[in-house]
Amino acid sequence: MQYLVSVIDDKTNSATPSELGAIDAFNDRLRAEGHWVFAGGLAAPSTATVIDSRGGEALFTDGPFLESKEYLAGFWIIEAPDLDVALRLAAAGSKHCNRKVEVRPFL
Amino acid sequence: MSVVDVREAITRAHREQWARVVAALTRRFGDLDIAEEAAAEAFATAVERWPGDGVPPNPGAWLTTTANRKAIDRIRRENKRDDKQKEAQLLYDGVPPEPLGAIDDERLRLIFTCCHPALAMQTRVALTLRMVGGLTVPEIARAFLVQETAMGQRITRAKAKIKAARIPYRVPSTEDLPARVSGVLAVLFLVFNEGYLATGSGTDPVRHDLTAEAIRLSRLIHALMPDDGEVTGLLALMLLTEARRTARVSASGELVPLHEQDRGAWDTALIAEGHRLVRERLATGVAPGRYQLLAAINAVHTFARDVRDTDWSQVVALYDQLVRLDPAPIVALNRAIAVAELDGPEVALAAVDRLEHHLVDYHAYHATRAELLRRLGRSQRSRAAYDRAIELAGNTAETAYLTRRRDQLK
Repeated sequence: MQYLVSVIDDKTNSATPSELGAIDAFNDRLRAEGHWVFAGGLAAPSTATVIDSRGGEALFTDGPFLESKEYLAGFWIIEAPDLDVALRLAAAGSKHCNRKVEVRPFL
Repeated sequence: MSVVDVREAITRAHREQWARVVAALTRRFGDLDIAEEAAAEAFATAVERWPGDGVPPNPGAWLTTTANRKAIDRIRRENKRDDKQKEAQLLYDGVPPEPLGAIDDERLRLIFTCCHPALAMQTRVALTLRMVGGLTVPEIARAFLVQETAMGQRITRAKAKIKAARIPYRVPSTEDLPARVSGVLAVLFLVFNEGYLATGSGTDPVRHDLTAEAIRLSRLIHALMPDDGEVTGLLALMLLTEARRTARVSASGELVPLHEQDRGAWDTALIAEGHRLVRERLATGVAPGRYQLLAAINAVHTFARDVRDTDWSQVVALYDQLVRLDPAPIVALNRAIAVAELDGPEVALAAVDRLEHHLVDYHAYHATRAELLRRLGRSQRSRAAYDRAIELAGNTAETAYLTRRRDQLK
């Protein structure tokens, strides 16, 4: 079972060196324990482009599809047998990156 | 067997077997929704068949077997176009038969799943009452003054989340257990309190159905986890509170405070049971948690045959312990009420006034102040405090009491 752990922030690329170190350590733990699938940080929402090809021709819109004060700043995709394990990992992830996180299961 | 006997047998089977049937089916099919629906169908079948066929010698086994069959029927219907392989799987119940005692653990799994911290508090309450308590959706909706469709949706959403996010169906690991148990107790305490001090102008001031259900579920958890101090403490607290239920509201529907209650009307059996549980915890010598301390305070109150015999220094000492565990302003407020009996209203009022910042919107804060000001002869300020308490109180019996007290002021 895979879960998306979204990191929620109101700034982008704002991690301090000590936070980055803690994130690396957490990533190593995820790999060692077999939970790692993928992770990454994202550029600011202002760098996003929304594309809609449903009308036939691709329509490009500058900016994110949803403007909000807090947004997705990065994420982990983790492998976990159930939500209890996912929540425990997400709690550790939140502590390591010093940000609020959201856990959502993949279908 | 008479019609009445059969009806009683069905009611008893529902009370004793509902959670077992739902738990066993959840275990087998890994799906709360299927388990709930099949259990409900099995009980409906019992209502249809038992009057004619007679009550089976082992109602629990009959209900589980019937519910299993209903669940398989449903899965077959839904898999009609699917390959035959899934159906073949159904014929073999992959789970080995459980030894008799372990069936109880099934119910514990069910309770922990329904009270999972990833679900909102109100959702946990609703789901626990439905899956473990066997209350119907309309009954739960009525209990919490929510529209039936809204309550149905809340439960449906919860079941969908449990499935999609894979909330596990098991007793939590040792490291998670204390936090998870206190989550379960919080759900039961909320149900009990809503029954004990029901809110809403149209409802009865005391909802016996809710307090009884909370006690029944607490007894179940206590039977499953007899060595957990806080489980014992919560059960004792509920019993000692419930024991005073009939003395707590007058014939005219007015709240009767502890010091005015007819202690002869208290339920001595419940009190004896509550006292036994409190003593049992004291004998362990393990430091008591919050519920155990609240139970001990209630034990002191119910021990006094006359309000003047109350050991107030013991009550205050217990509150001192409680404040150290739980520095919430409401605990400090209750402590101050005991202090008034020990050190007088002046000292108590000073302590209460220090809580203004936290409790300015809480009716009990103003009611306590009103009472202390009345005892100090400051009628005008007392009246203003009663006015504010009446404005904020949500319980009809309490409003009636406060209004009478205010109108007695000179």
